[in-house]
Amino acid sequence: MQMIKDYEMVIGLEVHVELKTETKIFCSCPTTFGAAPNTQTCPVCLGLPGTLPVLNGKVVDYAVKAGLATNCTIARYSKQDRKNYFYPDLPKAYQISQYDLPLCEHGWLDIETAEGAKRIGITRIHIEEDAGKLVHDDEKGTMIDCNRCGVPLIEIVSEPDIRSAEEAKAYLQKLRAIILYTGVSDCKMNEGSLRCDVNLSVRKKGTEAFGTRTEMKNLNSFQFIVKAIEYEYKRQVEAIEAGEKIIQETRRFDANSGKTYSMRTKENANDYRYFPDPDLPPIKLTDEKIAELQAQIPRLPDARKKEYMEKYGLSAYDGEVLTTDMALADYFEQAAAGTKYPKLVANMLLSEVMRLADGEDSVCKILPGRMAALASLSGDGVINSATVKKLIKELWEADFDVEEKVAREGLAQVSDEAVILEWVQEAIQQNPKSVADYKKGKKAAAKAIVGKVMAVSGGKANPTVVDRLVEAELNQ
Amino acid sequence: MNELINRSIYDHAQSLRKKEYSAVELTQAYIDAIAQREAEIHAYISTDAETALKQADAADKRIGAGEGTVLTGIPAGIKDNMCTKGIRTTCASKMLADYIPPYDAHVIERLKEAGYVLLGKLNMDEFAMGSTTENSAMGITKNPCDTTRVPGGSSGGSAAAVAACEAAYTLGSDTGGSIRQPAAFCGVVGMKPTYGRVSRYGLVAFASSLDQIGPLTRDVRDNALVLSAVAGHDRRDATSVEIGVDDYLAGLESGVAGMRIGLPEEFFGEGISADVKEAVLAAADTLAAMGAELVQVKMPSLDHALSAYYVISSAEASSNLARFDGVRYGYRAADFTDMDELYQKSRSEGFGSEVKRRIMLGTFALSSGYYDAYYKKALQVRSLVRADFDAAFEKCDCILSPVAPTVAYKIGEKTNDPLEMYLGDAYSVPVNIAGVPALSLPCGTGEGGMPVGMQLIGPAFSEAMLYRVGYAFENRGRGNKPCR
Repeated sequence: MQMIKDYEMVIGLEVHVELKTETKIFCSCPTTFGAAPNTQTCPVCLGLPGTLPVLNGKVVDYAVKAGLATNCTIARYSKQDRKNYFYPDLPKAYQISQYDLPLCEHGWLDIETAEGAKRIGITRIHIEEDAGKLVHDDEKGTMIDCNRCGVPLIEIVSEPDIRSAEEAKAYLQKLRAIILYTGVSDCKMNEGSLRCDVNLSVRKKGTEAFGTRTEMKNLNSFQFIVKAIEYEYKRQVEAIEAGEKIIQETRRFDANSGKTYSMRTKENANDYRYFPDPDLPPIKLTDEKIAELQAQIPRLPDARKKEYMEKYGLSAYDGEVLTTDMALADYFEQAAAGTKYPKLVANMLLSEVMRLADGEDSVCKILPGRMAALASLSGDGVINSATVKKLIKELWEADFDVEEKVAREGLAQVSDEAVILEWVQEAIQQNPKSVADYKKGKKAAAKAIVGKVMAVSGGKANPTVVDRLVEAELNQ
Repeated sequence: MNELINRSIYDHAQSLRKKEYSAVELTQAYIDAIAQREAEIHAYISTDAETALKQADAADKRIGAGEGTVLTGIPAGIKDNMCTKGIRTTCASKMLADYIPPYDAHVIERLKEAGYVLLGKLNMDEFAMGSTTENSAMGITKNPCDTTRVPGGSSGGSAAAVAACEAAYTLGSDTGGSIRQPAAFCGVVGMKPTYGRVSRYGLVAFASSLDQIGPLTRDVRDNALVLSAVAGHDRRDATSVEIGVDDYLAGLESGVAGMRIGLPEEFFGEGISADVKEAVLAAADTLAAMGAELVQVKMPSLDHALSAYYVISSAEASSNLARFDGVRYGYRAADFTDMDELYQKSRSEGFGSEVKRRIMLGTFALSSGYYDAYYKKALQVRSLVRADFDAAFEKCDCILSPVAPTVAYKIGEKTNDPLEMYLGDAYSVPVNIAGVPALSLPCGTGEGGMPVGMQLIGPAFSEAMLYRVGYAFENRGRGNKPCR
């Protein structure tokens, strides 16, 4: 596949995020996920004849927050439009959305890539209502669940700035992190509160003009998004190399086969006949209102990441990971505040704690003060790394006073060279094979001796001193 | 004919309190009138005497306890495009022939609170599209003044019921003249209030930016009484305004002395029949004789209002009526092989031809590539028409015009020529386009002895003034009108 290297992919993402307002966008039905079908409905969200929509002000507030958090310009005047199409899950046969005057425009966010930081443009963010769900049953046929009708959504449209599946994933993760910080959505892909459509085209590297794009709809996991992008990229390059034309169309990703399939072509596409919804007055926002919403947004991932890098000397990568989740970042900041060694806190969090959490709990179960104490003891050379690991594991199970335990159980590391030398000599005497191996040139054999010394010391020997003395003794 | 039924709401309310008759007796009188006249007039799509009498009984109890309002115990009819909980609401369409709404329209809630008596639901042009009530899937309504003629439309049932004393008052809806024109054709009083004055919640939408509910009554004071009961802000309609409702009765008898009444030449030009012109100009003279000043005003954009109206109303209708797809409620075709066919057949069979014509017109006007030429252009015309009214109201307090270019015409006369029919709306649609209020009231007779209606148009929220002018004109020495 030499030819695939001659091409690059051009990707723009359309992300739908369900806002976690208590009530729906145009009526007062609850938005709770997972209720029995059609129990969270009323004449308005069922689109019954004669009903009218009234905009939930919280939806605007939330959307503006998302826009402010992604560096968008907020419209002082915007309107809502009807997108007309027939589908059984759309009771009014139109979706109330925003067409030419969205709430937010011209935003961006930065992602970390292998080549460093990259800025991805955000074209617009607009508000709209969700549709219902069709439920297929082998016996009863297709049924409609209208619980989701009228759940508020924001659609976040990116510029076609993304050039790889990894960048797409990084963008989505960053976007998700920011939205989670603002608290306007819980962004659960498995519950559909974050959904992504991928627009992808390919072009020869070095060319400017965009190729014909295809759209892949409703990819509901990061893994599927990456797979769909990789498959579709390859498909398009192969098609072009084979002399075929790419057709502008909507494609469906099949998770089982890992392939994308044509759903409908542009010729069969709907003409949505957008027009301003006459039932809804324009949305007007004042500078004061926008400032008020701005003030409600917490410090965002990038600001925190920058601070961690500058203040604590963290790497960009570590800063990125720590700030993905606000609870984790808050935890880190609390723990870091209690010690001279914030970087050690970061290391402990990103290695031992993450391993223990195993992706389950994003927030560390250990009290932040304990982590600070561990970092201080470790940074001051009182305990060694093996003891740190042991204590983290124990703290994960049950809380205790770290200093007290170290003192009571004598866990402080031994750095006394005379004591350590005795242990080293003992280990050398008892392990002639390792010594012989070392003499034959197998330098790694020294590690076995070091291991014995650590075992003899009950894990308390200062590893730096041990390393030095083992090497010195072996080379005598 | 029971002598009770040609009395006004105002008189009824006083008599009910004086125990001259009960609400049950009054209701029974209207039920009898309906029984007597319906075979001929067909104003109603459905009636429910039993429920009406129960409501009347409850009203009598309220009145007996010294409670209630002026509308308590007064029997009414409601146009069949306003949702009534548990009562079939058909929009005179096969599409909704069996549709029973699970909720009440805002106006119905208000009338229920007032203790009204619902006699039944009234005939109309299907989904309020038409000017004669001939586009009803439930049969045509005849004009009580001359049963060979149309009652006008789309609120033809509402106007005919009042004219024939089959209800003390009715509610209609007006998108392009649908209250005022049938009121004029049947010789009753009809008000199209300011857009946003009455909540549209529960009114099955035809054209959302134009639709407005209003009363049809025997006289001007009754009209003011009914509008007082249904007007006001409703948080379920985002286009309903939060401006307080004026006291429509307070200045009713203040007369017209010193008022400036505008006569735009565009309302009296080509297309108007001589009898209508004569009657309306005579009314102007009457008002002048009562002390009003007549002012000539120009409204050059009115010529384009009709075209703009048919683009905007059809475009909105094409979207509003898309929900009738045979999936969840309403008419569903018997045979279909897939979803698209379900949609196509249900809509083809469920809608009448005028409704389909407008859906197609509106769909076309909103289509990609045509939007700018039609819909956007129509919105620009709308701004011009509004500006024309604004300019006119700087020179006059209200405008006097005919409601329609002719008196009520013969049944079937214009059914084969939709364009000719649309031209009949030329004087009424500018009012909806501008969102201002207009009162339609009888001002004489024309060809065949048929009533001629005149229209008083005022600035936004000037309903009280329009009632005042209308009341002054109406009370130039007459008692109760006879039943038609």
